Amino acid sequence: MEPQSLARVAADPKTRIIVSDIEKHFNIRHTHSLKEYVVSKVLNRREASVDHFTALSGVDLHVSDGEAVALLGLNGSGKSTLLKLIAGVMSPDQGSIGVRGRIAGLIEVGAGFHPDLTGAENIYLNGAILGMTEEQIRERFDDIVAFSEIGEFIQTEVKFYSSGMFLRLAFAVAIHTDPDIFLIDEILAVGDEPFQKKCLQRIRELKASGKALVIVTHDLDMVEQLCDRGVLLRRGEVVHDGAIHEAVARLREGR
Amino acid sequence: MSLAEGLPLVDQLTLVADGFTKPGRGRGLLDAVDNRFLLKLLVNKELRVRYRGSILGMAWSYVKPTVQFFVFYFAVGVFLRMNQSVPNFAVYLFSGIIAINLFNEAFGNATRAIVGNAALVKKIYLPRQLFSLASVWVAIVHFIPQLIVLLIAALFMGWRPGPLNLAAGVLGFAILVTLSVGLGLLFGALNVMMRDSENIVDLVGMVASWASPVLYHWENVRAAVGEGWGWTLYQLNPLTPVVELFHLCFWAPTPGVVTYVQPPGLWMFSLIATVTSVAFLFFGEYVFRRLDGRFAQEL
Repeated sequence: MEPQSLARVAADPKTRIIVSDIEKHFNIRHTHSLKEYVVSKVLNRREASVDHFTALSGVDLHVSDGEAVALLGLNGSGKSTLLKLIAGVMSPDQGSIGVRGRIAGLIEVGAGFHPDLTGAENIYLNGAILGMTEEQIRERFDDIVAFSEIGEFIQTEVKFYSSGMFLRLAFAVAIHTDPDIFLIDEILAVGDEPFQKKCLQRIRELKASGKALVIVTHDLDMVEQLCDRGVLLRRGEVVHDGAIHEAVARLREGR
Repeated sequence: MSLAEGLPLVDQLTLVADGFTKPGRGRGLLDAVDNRFLLKLLVNKELRVRYRGSILGMAWSYVKPTVQFFVFYFAVGVFLRMNQSVPNFAVYLFSGIIAINLFNEAFGNATRAIVGNAALVKKIYLPRQLFSLASVWVAIVHFIPQLIVLLIAALFMGWRPGPLNLAAGVLGFAILVTLSVGLGLLFGALNVMMRDSENIVDLVGMVASWASPVLYHWENVRAAVGEGWGWTLYQLNPLTPVVELFHLCFWAPTPGVVTYVQPPGLWMFSLIATVTSVAFLFFGEYVFRRLDGRFAQEL
């Protein structure tokens, strides 16, 4: 991004996420023990033990309040990596990312869930992991349980839940965290159809209430309804940033 | 690391001035300490997971040290006759054992903390130091029952501590926890890169329990190595003054210990141990923060 336009975007109070000229490389090391490391050093096979791979290159992106942006692309195009960089799970090698406000990164629903804890205990643990305070969780506890439709099983250990129940509860916690920025990765395939509708409805409400949303998914039909802006990535570079229909069409046609 | 590293200075100022923060870059250990609610939940989770499907549950944390105590008491106290040269050897032995147990468990847990929580580290950002702190806290939870057993035994022997004795115990505990957190952060971060760390930690634990006066008296060491550099080196091990501070707290004020002879320079070496452990805390946190950004992709 040009310095002037970056300054203009940053000065806009509605801007929530600024990604500026990001590079992300992965060095895939095949040595994970001291012995392997020493052996590869001694034999001077450093190249053999490390693979370099560029996941993202020269990516610029900014997202404002009330926007729902879809990150599109084939497998390995760098969508999830970009989402993880925005969430702060990883850091970029070059360039910078700035976020304003609280982030909820739903990189994977239920990542913070533990099978040996009950549903109720998991609500507290996962809520706290997603950044809620004790009072906030207590306040919203009943809403979360109601949304998840788990009912009386809330005091049962999560390992006895069906996969649908598990995902419903996890999504219910995530959706009640009330952040300014929502990052959603491939989680809309949750539960049965009525529950999915409920989730989509909730996401639309979030968008309408002025939250910034970034969504990664392969469900192109759904994303066309939900988002108005699509960012198409190909081998780590942005090839389209604009209307969602154009982005979906280009992805489908391979343009 | 600045907010907008790699950007021209004007751009960095723009982003900071407009209230943007860099995701995944918090205040590290300070953030973790602030988030006590989550810390508490993580500790509860850890304890629950450890005792799942176990009938005795937390009672195991009484059973293990008790068995350990009897093994050492008979092997070292009775067979090697240490209880003839050290009065109230049982209390002497146990006060050293609980110090070393706390260190070994806290250090070992913290080393495995990041790899053990890989699922979370890879998916959600939170100050990862939380996992290290929670695992040290779990070790402290296991320390409490051992302390209670020791206190009961000491009281039974007629334990009458003065303020200095109690202060020595508190100082010893503080050094232990600081040292374990520091080493735990350091090796926990290194363990993500090289899984050898876990084995190194086991070795350190074994050396630590024999290179401090737990099973024998410090005078045995000085008699063997003299007063030269070997003796200084022995005392520079932070665990040596810690174990002695525990002896001063729990064993010295029991009747039968006619005159408690402090190793010369105990307070000076306690001070050195304090400085060492604080230095490890800062160094551990420094290395942890350096490697933090790579955890998600290395796991």
